[in-house]
Amino acid sequence: MLDINKIRADFPILSQKVNGKPLVYFDNGATSQKPQVVIDAISKYYQEINANIHRGVHTLSQLATDAYEISRGKLQNHINAKFAHEVLFTSGTTHGINLVANGFASILKPGDEVLVSALEHHSNIVPWQILCEKTGATLRVIPMNEDGELIMSEYDKLLSDKTKIVTVNHISNALGTVNPIKYMIDKAHEVGAAILIDGAQAVPHLKPDVQELDCDFYAFSGHKMCGPTGTGILYGKEAWLNKLPPYQGGGEMIKEVTFEKTTYAELPHKFEAGTPNIAGGIVLGTAVDYMNEVGFENIQQQEKELLEHATSRLLEIEGLKIFGTAKEKTSVVSFNIEGIHPYDIGTIIDKLGIAVRTGHHCTQPIMTFFCIPGTIRASFAFYNTKEEIDVMVEAIKKAQLMLS
Amino acid sequence: MKIKDIQEEIVDEFSMFDDWMERYEYIIELGKKLPMIKEEFKTENNLIKGCQSKVWLQGEQIDDKIVFTADSDAILTKGIIAILIRTFSNQKASDILEADMGFIDEIGLKEHLSPTRANGLVSMIKNIKMYALAFNTQN
Repeated sequence: MLDINKIRADFPILSQKVNGKPLVYFDNGATSQKPQVVIDAISKYYQEINANIHRGVHTLSQLATDAYEISRGKLQNHINAKFAHEVLFTSGTTHGINLVANGFASILKPGDEVLVSALEHHSNIVPWQILCEKTGATLRVIPMNEDGELIMSEYDKLLSDKTKIVTVNHISNALGTVNPIKYMIDKAHEVGAAILIDGAQAVPHLKPDVQELDCDFYAFSGHKMCGPTGTGILYGKEAWLNKLPPYQGGGEMIKEVTFEKTTYAELPHKFEAGTPNIAGGIVLGTAVDYMNEVGFENIQQQEKELLEHATSRLLEIEGLKIFGTAKEKTSVVSFNIEGIHPYDIGTIIDKLGIAVRTGHHCTQPIMTFFCIPGTIRASFAFYNTKEEIDVMVEAIKKAQLMLS
Repeated sequence: MKIKDIQEEIVDEFSMFDDWMERYEYIIELGKKLPMIKEEFKTENNLIKGCQSKVWLQGEQIDDKIVFTADSDAILTKGIIAILIRTFSNQKASDILEADMGFIDEIGLKEHLSPTRANGLVSMIKNIKMYALAFNTQN
């Protein structure tokens, strides 16, 4: 069991007032708040060991390099990657996906197929569209049902020897659906396709085991799991990372440079050109330590209770409809109220101190599927409480009164 | 009435409200009363797509003035459109081009006209000025 008061005390921002009201932060799907240990670790890095990594012989550079590589090791353990060099530091999920999509430009040929799912965030659609435009490959879409679940029988039918890569999110950002990725990974491998998992919305809630999953790529962001913004990880199987060409040229990623030819550095440096977000990379390790200390079992228990409470309380509201009713879902509730635009509700409850996301959540195809302009999305983290949900429900009722 | 006088009148009206709720309730009322744009003008061409809400805007030249009609799918956006229409519609192109938007800040609605809000209102004002510019050049 979580000691919720103790947990909340770890997050200084949670005791803030917004528009004169105590902050109720339910936009965790967009970014999580940061515990004091993470905030302190950022200052500590700049106060004590700031130097460029992998370059100098001087002590500070060595200290910074060690801290960076220790953090990589923490992330490796966290996702159970076989090798540390399979764990690439990125600026976030989007960067990771683009790195892979760009690499596949040298692999795909006209007639090949890329499968994406109907549940994807734009950042897991657009890079593949660009790839298909470049290579003449075709983008095909795994459809979903009314509950916001991907239809596996359709997925099976779409897979063929033309499929070269499948890309799907572990958990949908807009609806909270947990996708059956183990099944999808195994099926993709049966036809010889690679598969990338967008884990951005999964890592705040669970610990992915990339070896057990056997996925080829797993991309996620640090800022949604209590880490700093501008941090992320792309896991890739060694064989794939060796096969893909570098994404960016620059310092750090080379073995030898002459004007005639450059040879590239070994993994992971081949994909880490330029000075990275050193502080961010190091502190991502601190964030992972923090999450593990809280414990993912505790996190899941708390979030399950929040989801159940929110779902039943919200359904009290007349005319409220929840979008995304998958059997397996995480602590996200996406909803609308009949006759009221989500923007209006979001604006009014913001005045009451409640932070939710409104709009299409960068998933316009999902909104088109449901024929709606957008939804109101409340996404909960382990530091949220049932009392906060009650405050939101009352605020929505007030907004509904004002708006109808 | 001149644009500046209308703006002063609006600032006066808003000064009667004590808190945000009263202000918002008034905006919602204005939104409900907003004369809808004619269906025939609710075209893709007249649509300003915000990330959050949609806005339709149509401008017509009548004598030496421009008449605007508009609509939105969100009521708060609609209410602010009503304020903008009251300010800019039935005015001369040259006056619209010179008009200042400072009054929006004075009535406490600045946040709604922030470009990051993505509700279509910033683009709406830009389009109103574009209409004025186009009509101004024609004449």
